[in-house]
Amino acid sequence: MTRAETCVVACAEAWRGDGAVLAGTAGLIPQLGARLAQLTFAPELLVTDGEATLLRDGEVEGWLPYRAVFAMVAAGTRHVMMGASQLDRFGNQNISCVGPWERPTSQLLGVRGAPGNTINHTTSYWVPRHSPRVFVERVDMVSGIGHDRGAHEIRRVITNLAVLDFETPDRSMRLRSVHPGVTVGEVIAATGFALTIPDEVPPTREPSDEELKLIREHLDPHGLRET
Amino acid sequence: MAVDKRMTIAEVVDEIRDGMTVGIGGWGSRRKPMALVRAIARARRRNLTLVTYGGPDVGLLVAEGCVERVVTGFVSLDSIPLEPHFRRARSAGTLLLTEYDEGMLYWGLLAAANRLPFLPIRAGLGSDVMRVNPDLRTVHSPYLDGTELVAMPAVNIDVSLVHLNRVDAGGNGRYLGPDPYFDDLFCLAAKRRFVSCERLLSTEELIGSGPPQTLLTNRSMVDGVVETPHGAHFTSCVPDYGRDEEFQREYATADWNTFRARYLDGDEDDYQKAVARWRGTMDDYQKAVAG
Repeated sequence: MTRAETCVVACAEAWRGDGAVLAGTAGLIPQLGARLAQLTFAPELLVTDGEATLLRDGEVEGWLPYRAVFAMVAAGTRHVMMGASQLDRFGNQNISCVGPWERPTSQLLGVRGAPGNTINHTTSYWVPRHSPRVFVERVDMVSGIGHDRGAHEIRRVITNLAVLDFETPDRSMRLRSVHPGVTVGEVIAATGFALTIPDEVPPTREPSDEELKLIREHLDPHGLRET
Repeated sequence: MAVDKRMTIAEVVDEIRDGMTVGIGGWGSRRKPMALVRAIARARRRNLTLVTYGGPDVGLLVAEGCVERVVTGFVSLDSIPLEPHFRRARSAGTLLLTEYDEGMLYWGLLAAANRLPFLPIRAGLGSDVMRVNPDLRTVHSPYLDGTELVAMPAVNIDVSLVHLNRVDAGGNGRYLGPDPYFDDLFCLAAKRRFVSCERLLSTEELIGSGPPQTLLTNRSMVDGVVETPHGAHFTSCVPDYGRDEEFQREYATADWNTFRARYLDGDEDDYQKAVARWRGTMDDYQKAVAG
């Protein structure tokens, strides 16, 4: 079992219990996670090809152009897993720009759909490199809103080191589990603000044999997840 | 007999004057009216406000100094996430930005299309979209719930440009790919509307080329029609062609003056020929690499 495989399963877990909602994904690991969830414990999940087609296990099952995605966003029947260039302890996220908005030191994507996603429906994040540059005290531009700004629900943050959630009294970020081989200290050192750390931090659950077989032989036979 | 609205690229560009607000259809690096965009760049229009789900349309016009402001939710080349020319101009402080959530922009076009001053939406609340757009206001539901919502203002446009797969001379137009994007709304939100297309057909041929629900524009939504084969290049125009990823990479990485001299200094015909020449060189290179 590799770190990437642990991350795919941790991403899949974010959608557990969601029912017939649209899984929006940015990046390969969340996409594999959504497809794995759909094939196993979340069969009702809706997954797209990243454009306008709904897929069930790679086969077309429906049509979803952008205007229909916006309707699902507004209706709340969606759970997106976005990326984050910056993320703070209440789950405020930035994908727009780094530095002052008026004249950024680094212009990124723009807010995209992050404001609408975070106020309307459940949102999770995938961070491939857990570092103090991403996990900051204060984001430069609030694209996705956090729990202190009225977010619907920020459920999970999955990184290359750990799984984090917001299951604290003030809905600030908490360490939920560390991936096998990662220490709590490493996560603390890679986070630019104070996390809530439970007395006992469990390891992130290992993929089952069935899940590993699906990932390796069916969903990603060429091992793109490891690159 | 319907009015014949066929025009040349040059005649469309004549309708666009410095300082206008120009709507551009498509999405990111998908079905952009690039032939018309290239012609605007060549004509050196100035101080334009672009309303768009931004892609290389933004980058190209920004690199040529045509743009004062962009109204958008993102600028991306899709397979290359960040648009280099847009980034450079933003960091240089030479480009103004009205940054909305993607759904807010949709709502603003919908409001304009329906001649409403605003439409209420949740997106934007709590985010820095409200901070960087200090003119945005909220409204409260007049009903018992009293919900506070963003009053997304109508995004009104002077001239909209969109690119479709098949169009007739009157402006009835069809998309053949998987997504209409928001091209119909760009037309409905604008005072003047120009559609470029891969193939101009008779109305009869157009009707025969697909199911009625893929007819995105009707004659009341269009003022001019231009046939521009490969006119969305290097963005995708599925199923006529996919994105030209290699050429997009060339666009994103080449020195701008070199790129302009090679591809933009002539007219659209010269552009398509230059791309074909470049493609031939690439194929030779790939054959050589393949042994």
